[in-house]
Amino acid sequence: MKRIGVLGFQGSVDEHLKAIERVGHFPLLVREKTHLKEIDGLILPGGESTTFLKLLHTSGLYEPLLAGIKEGLPVLATCAGLIVLASKVSQPEQASMALLDISVQRNGYGSQYESFCEEVKVEGFKKTFRAVFIRAPLIQSVGPGVSILSVDHAGHPVFVQQEHLWGLTFHPELTQDDRIHELFCSNITKTGLRRSKDVRTFQVA
Amino acid sequence: MEKVGGEKLDKDLITTQRGLAQMLKGGVIMDVTNANEAKIAEEAGAVAVMALERVPADIRAMGGVARMADPIKIKEIQHAVSIPVMAKCRIGHIVEAKVLEALKVDYIDESEVLTPADEENHIDKTRFRIPFVCGCRDLGEALRRISEGAAMIRTKGEAGTGNIVEAVRHMRRVQSEMRRVIHMQEDELYTEAKKLMVPVDLLKEIKSTQKLPVVNFAAGGVATPSDAALMMLLGADGVFVGSGIFKSSQPALTAKAIVQAVAHWDKPDIIAKVSEGMGDPMKGKDIQTMPDNEKLAHRGI
Repeated sequence: MKRIGVLGFQGSVDEHLKAIERVGHFPLLVREKTHLKEIDGLILPGGESTTFLKLLHTSGLYEPLLAGIKEGLPVLATCAGLIVLASKVSQPEQASMALLDISVQRNGYGSQYESFCEEVKVEGFKKTFRAVFIRAPLIQSVGPGVSILSVDHAGHPVFVQQEHLWGLTFHPELTQDDRIHELFCSNITKTGLRRSKDVRTFQVA
Repeated sequence: MEKVGGEKLDKDLITTQRGLAQMLKGGVIMDVTNANEAKIAEEAGAVAVMALERVPADIRAMGGVARMADPIKIKEIQHAVSIPVMAKCRIGHIVEAKVLEALKVDYIDESEVLTPADEENHIDKTRFRIPFVCGCRDLGEALRRISEGAAMIRTKGEAGTGNIVEAVRHMRRVQSEMRRVIHMQEDELYTEAKKLMVPVDLLKEIKSTQKLPVVNFAAGGVATPSDAALMMLLGADGVFVGSGIFKSSQPALTAKAIVQAVAHWDKPDIIAKVSEGMGDPMKGKDIQTMPDNEKLAHRGI
C-alpha cells in the first residue's frame, strides 16, 4: 500500500482522495511542507490554477514542493495541476513550476459552454477511457522528453508523461473508472520512489 | 416550453455542469461590477467572479427593479479575467438566462437577489448547456432546485446585509435536514419527500451517498475572514462574497484575507494573521429589526 498525497487547498480534492482509497492505497491531504515527507506520490487536483499558485506561495509550500518534485516525487497532475507543472502557459501567460516540458493554453477548448466528455484511447489500456474535459487546458506542444499517452478527437495530447510526472488535461477523478489512479499508484515502486529513472518506462501490468 | 431551449440534460452534460462546481470547491466566488474589480478578485485568488450591475448592498439602497447586468459589462469582465465568470438572472426569467447563455458565461445564478420575474415558477434548467447555481434556505428548496436542473447550490443567507446570521441559519438547517434523511428508514423517505415537496429519488440518493448530489456553497452576509471560515466549518464547500469585499474600506486586502481564511478555515492562527489591520468591513444591517418586505431570502422557494 502506498501513501498518496493530494494537494488539499482547493478543487477536486475529495474526489481524488476517494479514488486513491478505492484502488486500495492510503490517501493523505497535503497542506503543509511536513506532509511532503510522508508521501510516496502526489496528486495535483483540478481547480483554478491561479488560486493554486497564490495559495502555494502564501502558505510557503511552493518551494518545498518544487524541490520535492525535482528530487523525483512522482506526480499525477490533472487540469489545473497540469498548468502548475507546465513549462509554458499562455492565455494569459502565467508563471508556473516549469517542470513538465509542454506548452499549454489555459481554457484552450473554450469556456464552460465547450466543456465535453469523450472516449479516448490510452496507451496500454485495452478499453477506452471516458475523459471529462471542463474548461480544459490545451496542450499545444510537447518537448522531446515527453511521451504522449492519449490524444483527443483532434489529435491534441491529453495525457502526457515525462519521467516521474504524469499530466492530464481531463478529470479521471470525476468518473468511477479508476484505471489511471490504479496505474499511477502501482507504477510507484519501492526502489524507484524518489528516483525518476525507475518510473520512466511506461509499463502496464 | 419546447421553444425556449434545445438542450436536454444527458449524463455527460450533468458531469461537466456539476464538475465545474466541484473544481471551485474550497474557493471564494466574488461579486464584481466591472473589469477592475474582477482583476482585484482574480489577483486575490478568487476561483470565479459573479458579474452583476450592482452589489446587493447597493441594490438594497437604491431600490427599484434589479435585473441582469448589461451584456457589455459582462463581456468586459469576461475579457479581464481567466477564471470562470458567472452572472445573475432573475428567478423565472428564461430569456435573461438565454441571453447569459448566448454570452457564454460559465455559470448562471438564478438569484433571489434580483427582482423575481416569475413568482410561481423557476427556470427549467435542464434545457440549458450552461450550468445553474440557485439559492436555498433548507433542504427542500435545495432539492427542488436540483430537480429543476441546478448543478450547484448555495445557501441564501441575507444578501447585502454584511450579517452572517441568516447564512448560518440556512447552512445549519440544510446540514441538519441532511443528517435527518441519512438516518431515516428507507420507508420513511416517502413521507419526508411529501413534507419537503421533493422527488423521493433525491432523498434516496442522499441516504445512500450521505451527501448532496451537487456542491453547496454559502452566501449572503459574509463580511469578514472569520465569517467565511465559519461557513466552511459548518460544512460549506466554498463561499460566495457579495458586498463584503467592495463595500469594505480595503477591498484588495479583504479579498485576499477571505481567500486565505477559506483555504485555511481550520487554522485560527492563520485567520488571525490575515485579519490583522484589514480596515473596516462593510457596516452591515441588523436582521431582527429589518421588515419582512426588505428580506430577499423568501423569494423563490
